[in-house]
Order: sequence, then C-alpha cells, then structure tokens
Amino acid sequence: MFFLNHYYEIAAVILFGVGFMGLLLHNNLIKKAVGLNIMDTAVYLFLAQRGFVWGRVAPVMGDDRVATVEEYINPIPAGLVLTGIVVSVSVTAFSLALILMLYKKYHTLNLDEILLKAKEEKAAKKALEESEDA
Amino acid sequence: MSDSTNHENHENHGNAFVAWVNGEPKPEVEKKEPKPKVKKQKKPFDSAEAYAKFHKLYKPACVILCLAFIAVLVYVSIKTPLFGVTDAPTNNEVAAKYIEEGLEDTGATNIVAGMILDYRAFDTLGESTVLFTAVMAVIILLKVDKDKKKKQDMSAAELKEEAILQHEEELNDKHRDVILKKTAGVIAPFILMFGIYVVLNGHISPGGGFSGGAIIGAGLILISQAFGSKITKRFFNFKVFTIITSGALLTYAALKTYSFYTGAHHMETGIPKGIAGAILSGGFILPLNICVGLIVACTMFGFYSLFSKGEI
Repeated sequence: MFFLNHYYEIAAVILFGVGFMGLLLHNNLIKKAVGLNIMDTAVYLFLAQRGFVWGRVAPVMGDDRVATVEEYINPIPAGLVLTGIVVSVSVTAFSLALILMLYKKYHTLNLDEILLKAKEEKAAKKALEESEDA
Repeated sequence: MSDSTNHENHENHGNAFVAWVNGEPKPEVEKKEPKPKVKKQKKPFDSAEAYAKFHKLYKPACVILCLAFIAVLVYVSIKTPLFGVTDAPTNNEVAAKYIEEGLEDTGATNIVAGMILDYRAFDTLGESTVLFTAVMAVIILLKVDKDKKKKQDMSAAELKEEAILQHEEELNDKHRDVILKKTAGVIAPFILMFGIYVVLNGHISPGGGFSGGAIIGAGLILISQAFGSKITKRFFNFKVFTIITSGALLTYAALKTYSFYTGAHHMETGIPKGIAGAILSGGFILPLNICVGLIVACTMFGFYSLFSKGEI
C-alpha cells in the first residue's frame, strides 16, 4: 500500500483539498474564510512533517549542550510555519473585517445575494443618473 | 501545402522586386474592408435563476477540478522522500549550520529562536509589520468614529442598531455569568503570567514572542469577556495601543539595524552574548522577543475588541 509510507503528506493533501472545496463551493462568506484557514493548516502540517527526523529531538539544547546535527531535527520548517501562521492570522482578520462591512451594508452573508443586490444598486444609480441628464 | 505557398510568396516577391527595378508602378492591392463587428448579445446575469443555472455547472466543475488537483498533489507527495529519514534533501547544510554554530553565533539555546530572531531577523520584522498592517486595515474598516458621527446624521436603521447594541451591553453588564466571572478571576492572572514567562524565556526554552504574545492576548480577551470592557479600558485604550505597537516595532527596527550595520554575520558587535542558558543571554534576542510579544498581544486584543465593539 503506497499511502502507508506517506500518510502525513496524504493527510496534508486531503486537508488541503477539503479547505479548497470549502473555499470554492460554499456561498457563505464566513465559511469561505474557514476553508482558507483549513488550507493554511494543511500547509503547516506538510512543512512540520518535512522537518522531522526519527530518533532526534526538538532543537532546544539541554544541559549537556552537544551541538551536533545527529541530535536535533531540522529547525527551518518551524520558522517557516511561524511566518505562515502570522500571515494567515492577518489575512483572516482582514477578510473577516471586509465580510463584516459587507454584512452591515447588505444584511446577508450569501455571496450570490450580495452580488445581486450590488448589481441592482448599480442599475438604480445608472437609471437615476440618466434621468438627471434627461 | 505550406511549402508551395512559401514558394509562391517567394516568386511574388521576386516579381515585385523586378518590377520595382524596372520602374513599373506598384500594382494596387485591393484593400479589404473591415467587417463590421457583430456584438454578441450577452444574457443578463442578474437574476436568481441565472445564478442557480451557473451553480449547476459550477459545482461539478469545482469538484472535478479539486479532485484532479488532489490527485496531482498525492502523486507528487508519494514521490517525496520518506517521513523522518536522515538523508532527505531538506536536512542539508543550512540546517546543519544552524544547529552546529547557532549557540556559538547567537547565544540562544533555543535554535529556532536564534534562527528567526538573529539569522533571519529581517524576516521576523516583516512578519511583525504584516500584523501591524493588518490591524491598521481592520481599524480603518471597523473603528467607529465617534466625533464625526453625530446623532442627527445617522439614519433610522443605524440609530436602531446602536440602541440595540447599547441595550445588549447594559444587559451584559447587569447579568454577567457568575461561573465565568469566578473562573476568570482565578485563572486569568496565571494565564497572563504564563504568557510573560513564555516571552521572557523564548531564547532558552520552547516558545517566544509570537506564542507568548498570543497567550497574553487570550488572557486579556478572557478578562474583557468576564468583567466587561470597562476593566480593560482602564489600562488599555487606543492611545496605549498606538504607543505600544508602533514603539515596539520601531525599537525592533532600531535594534536590528544596529546589529546589522555594526557586524553582519556575527562579527564583533559589542553586544554581550551572556552565559548560554541564563535568562540574560543571547544578545538582542530577549529584547526582540519582548517587542514581538507586545505587538502580538496588542494585535490579538485589538482584533477582539474591534470585532466586538468597533473600538479599542
């Protein structure tokens, strides 16, 4: 069974797919934001498992302090995951603020309804302008 | 086919050249009149039925696209090196350099802290700036400007909304949950203390500015939820928020600029490294961690109060 050797990667990829599906298929804007966050989580899982090495410990030196490569796992993916978390928090907060503004204006979270209402508004504005010109 | 046309073209060219040499007038080429463009009548895409029709096609297309995407990713990830093997290409000389010389170069026993706050400190400055920019954007979008917004300018719906919000807050203040209040009174100080511990010990134990700041922010949110925003407003208002975040960011930039200009790649800078494992060690890593922790804590609590009340 091929996937038993790479179960972390497969889990990360499936999680990524779940998030991607949520992002594309849901009409609710909050659920789209949640889907984006699930995709982020999948990327963290993938990065974190790339840094692991069997038989080694986390790169925090103990009292004996022998700095050899054979002792510790790869520290670089930890730093990359940290960057990813910060960016995802910022993007999530910004998108939620935008969604809140949309909800205050249109009183719905459904993307289709928001688009319909925005188009109606635009058409009404255009009609008003034309009537003013004439 | 193409050969023959090429040949013809070539001959034509030759003839034209001979004619030009002989001084014959250029044969007039018939100009093709441009066809009038027929505008395609687009169906108006502005009804609920049109959207329903679109979704009928869109959803299966999405599912197929996602499945194909996942299949490609699974195929690629099967070809990656096995989980946890020593000779994977990710465990290369960069990681070896950080592990073997990290303690000597940076003075931090936590190699990840040494990496992100010393070797790659500009990256972390960028991260803090991203957080700062995000909270600025949220403030622009959500902060209620109380001076500009006069009561007579507001529409009836807005007035009603504000009245409802005020009523809810009064109700909340009157009937605060007793269990939440008592529990928060016991554990909130410990949460804040643990957050400060994680920030201060970022260079010698797991943790650091980002995680410790998030813990402090969570403790502040708990206090604000349990006892009302009046308690947190006593020590945390918009002015304090602005001073702390921009001050911490500027301090970070100044410290890192100093160490990069005086001695890039860990030459002699005059900053004492300290004894490895002690709390006052690791050069600039401790103050940088404190700066990052302040920014993150303020940002977390700022997000919460902006989203719940529209103000800090």
